[in-house]
Amino acid sequence: MRTVSLTIDGQQITAREGDNLLWVALDNGIYIPNLCAIRDKSEPMASCRLCFVEVEGKEQPVTACTETVTEGMIVNTRGTRALSLARRSFELLMASHSLDCAHCPKSGSCELQHIARYLGTRLKSKQLRELRRDLPIDDSHPQIIYDPNKCVLCGRCIWTCREHLGVGVLGFAHRGFQRMVTTFEDEPLAISKCDRCVECIGVCPTGALLPRNETKTRVTSES
Amino acid sequence: MKVDESPTIASLFEEIKSQADSHWQELFDSGQPVIVVGTATCGRAAGALDVLKAIRDELERQGVDCPVFEAGCLGHCYAEPLVIIGKPGYPPICYGYVNPVIAERLVKEFVVGDNPCLEFVLGALEANDLVPSFADFPRATYEKKIVLRNCGHIDPTDINHYIANGGYVTLSKALQMSPEEIITEIKDSGLKGRGGAGFSTGQKWEICRNTPGRPKYAICNADEGDPGAFMDRAILESDPHSVIEGLIITAYAVGVRNGYIYVRAEYPLAVERVRIALRQAKKLNLLGRRILGSDFSFDIRLFEGSGAFVCGEETALIASLEGKAGMPRHRPPYPPTSGLYGKPTVVNNVKTLASVPQILTNGAAWFASIGTEKSKGTAVFALAGKIVNTGLVEVPMGTTLRQVIFDVGSGIPNGKRFKAVQIGGPSGGCLPESALDLPIDFDSLTEAGAMMGSGGMVVLDEDDCMVEIARYFLEFTQRESCGKCTFCRLGTKQMLALLSDITLGEGTQADIDILKALARDVKTGSLCSLGKTAPNPVLTTLRYFEGEYQAHITEGRCPALMCQHLIAYYILPNKCERSCDACVGTCTVEAISPNKKRIKVIDQEKCVKCNTCLMACPPQYNAIVKLSPPSEVPAAEK
Ligand SMILES: Cc1cc2nc3c(=O)[nH]c(=O)nc-3n(C[C@H](O)[C@H](O)[C@H](O)COP(=O)(O)O)c2cc1C
Ligand code: SF4
Ligand code: SF4
Repeated sequence: MRTVSLTIDGQQITAREGDNLLWVALDNGIYIPNLCAIRDKSEPMASCRLCFVEVEGKEQPVTACTETVTEGMIVNTRGTRALSLARRSFELLMASHSLDCAHCPKSGSCELQHIARYLGTRLKSKQLRELRRDLPIDDSHPQIIYDPNKCVLCGRCIWTCREHLGVGVLGFAHRGFQRMVTTFEDEPLAISKCDRCVECIGVCPTGALLPRNETKTRVTSES
Repeated sequence: MKVDESPTIASLFEEIKSQADSHWQELFDSGQPVIVVGTATCGRAAGALDVLKAIRDELERQGVDCPVFEAGCLGHCYAEPLVIIGKPGYPPICYGYVNPVIAERLVKEFVVGDNPCLEFVLGALEANDLVPSFADFPRATYEKKIVLRNCGHIDPTDINHYIANGGYVTLSKALQMSPEEIITEIKDSGLKGRGGAGFSTGQKWEICRNTPGRPKYAICNADEGDPGAFMDRAILESDPHSVIEGLIITAYAVGVRNGYIYVRAEYPLAVERVRIALRQAKKLNLLGRRILGSDFSFDIRLFEGSGAFVCGEETALIASLEGKAGMPRHRPPYPPTSGLYGKPTVVNNVKTLASVPQILTNGAAWFASIGTEKSKGTAVFALAGKIVNTGLVEVPMGTTLRQVIFDVGSGIPNGKRFKAVQIGGPSGGCLPESALDLPIDFDSLTEAGAMMGSGGMVVLDEDDCMVEIARYFLEFTQRESCGKCTFCRLGTKQMLALLSDITLGEGTQADIDILKALARDVKTGSLCSLGKTAPNPVLTTLRYFEGEYQAHITEGRCPALMCQHLIAYYILPNKCERSCDACVGTCTVEAISPNKKRIKVIDQEKCVKCNTCLMACPPQYNAIVKLSPPSEVPAAEK
């Protein structure tokens, strides 16, 4: 396998030719915010729009997940334009996120909090308005609580459920603003074909999929 | 394909051609008048099928047996239904605004009698001394029909009509050329894709041809989801074979055996006519196995798309063909290197394909001589909105917007003032009066903030509010967003909320700043071109008409008097006629009553701004006006 050398944030890096820039950076300890990237997936979803970086010779910032490394590539993950796009994308996600860290069991291990810290932005957007969908929480399942209002549509749970374990309970449905992760015909998780591996909880970056025991107090206190 | 085979290809085609010619000639040999009714969707919407029936019925009553056939769209959609009568001794005459009564008269007086009914004439198809011809129209100076040349003149359901008018001869010649020669010719012609992006067609074919991997695919993109655009529909309904011939030549040049035509299912007539055309082409071995005896085989399948706007985007279209959700993916790889099922795939627009046979027939130099330095050939536009001659036009690239709107389109109706033109549909932009002398081509439009897009051209006049127009187009793209990526799914939603507030008079200066910043970010940050272009109407209206935005936010005033929340209906006391109460009864909410002096007054609390009273007030009084902001209504009246 041929290798190439490239520079990310001034750091000299050697990688296999054809490798994906995002994973090369992450594997070399250089963080680039991301939600929808899945290592084993052959084609990046490129949907969260958080992993913008600046590559020398390219006019506009590009998403790292859709770039392959090339010889002599010079990458800046902290460029102002790249970061401002990432911040905007994050801000958009958060403006439609049911933000309630104080009561969210995910708080502390939530990737959204982590990304906000990295980008130096608040979780609650000051500029944008709240655009919520107010979807019903699915607490039918004995082990899982699913709150679609906290979902950022990264698709990790779907990938884990379908491509990884061969069970296709979760999937994307609807278009545009209504796009969401749901079960076939929106049936409750409890009566879906879920085989209770609960792997999805582990991959969810947010508090959208949570183990039931942790969420009980929150749900009862809210209802 | 090979030299020793060329005589067979040529002679096989010669046979087909001579049959088609005699079939076409029969129409005219009978010595009877030939009647043509335009029954494309535009004609049908205006009642062409009733006209057709009236003609047939009247012919029967009169006992006349003359050929009647249905054709497609002539481009004069404003004057539909159109009927063309070709009578020996007269030039072929086109009649406009025909209804069943006029149709009967035309049969009685012109087909049977000898009165060409000049009062109903739109224009003759040929120059003559009797009736003004289309060539005498001011628009004729500017129009140049390459893609639309057959539209409205031939029966799209009869392949013989197409062949007799020069169709498929290019295919027979192309099969005797090498694929490389064809690609070179198309490259030299400078043809750029007509689907919006304007990428060199020859180059696209070459990349696909040279990419290893089999099988390869060729796809005709006829999704056309742009509201207000109907060029591709009209071409498929009026001259489907020109597109099919283009696709077959593409396939031969690129090395493809399987092709698709992706039409939106909402175009049932186009679907039907393409299906008939494919069947007929196959029957004559212009399509299918070993075309015209060559060793080139190619098959085309018709695919009915669900009709989502985003499915016109090539990667979403491919996903949809594969049976997946119609959502775009990141490019590169572009389809010519990795398309349908990951194989090299050429995707071309209807108009691009329809240009191909013409280029090969007339030569690359001919095509390259038309248009501007960087954009060759013609542009097809669907004229809509506040324009006298709605319909289809085809003009050389480089024609100015003013020529298209005022000379070809005959300007703005009802003596109103031109305000702006939205080009390229929801992905395009709104250009103001100062841009009217812009020569239209791919680059000039992009520079001005609009884009060629698919060719929708919506003309706006003084009564159109630019904020509302931006909101309208953004609402469309927001609704059509597939929802995959953050910027388009949520960014357009935020922008729409801001625009809605401004049209409601609830916007602030800060809103405009956020709107601008969001527009910029959605444009750079979105995954596919739907999102990347969605902000264009907002950005261009902000660029050229920021004053109107300002009026909304600082004065609560809608200068075009269009935004409902910012206007009030008011009856001018000095104009209102005491004895008249035309408006009173029409008001659905009983908001109008006479005062002591019998002057009618609107109760602003009750008024729902339905505009009925304004329509009802007799023109000689013209007493009802719209005022903005609503506070303009004199206090005593409120
Ligand atoms: C949202 C969106 C909608 C599109 N719709 C169409 C369409 O209806 N017809 C079309 O030919 N191209 C459409 N395109 C452009 C196609 O992606 C593609 O560029 C084109 O079909 C290539 O053909 P051409 O090179 O002949 O222009 C669309 C692009 C986008 C982003
Ligand atoms: S539920 Fe969690 S893992 Fe699944 S798409 Fe939403 S945020 Fe991602
Ligand atoms: S830009 Fe819009 S249509 Fe395109 S991928 Fe993103 S969400 Fe889908």
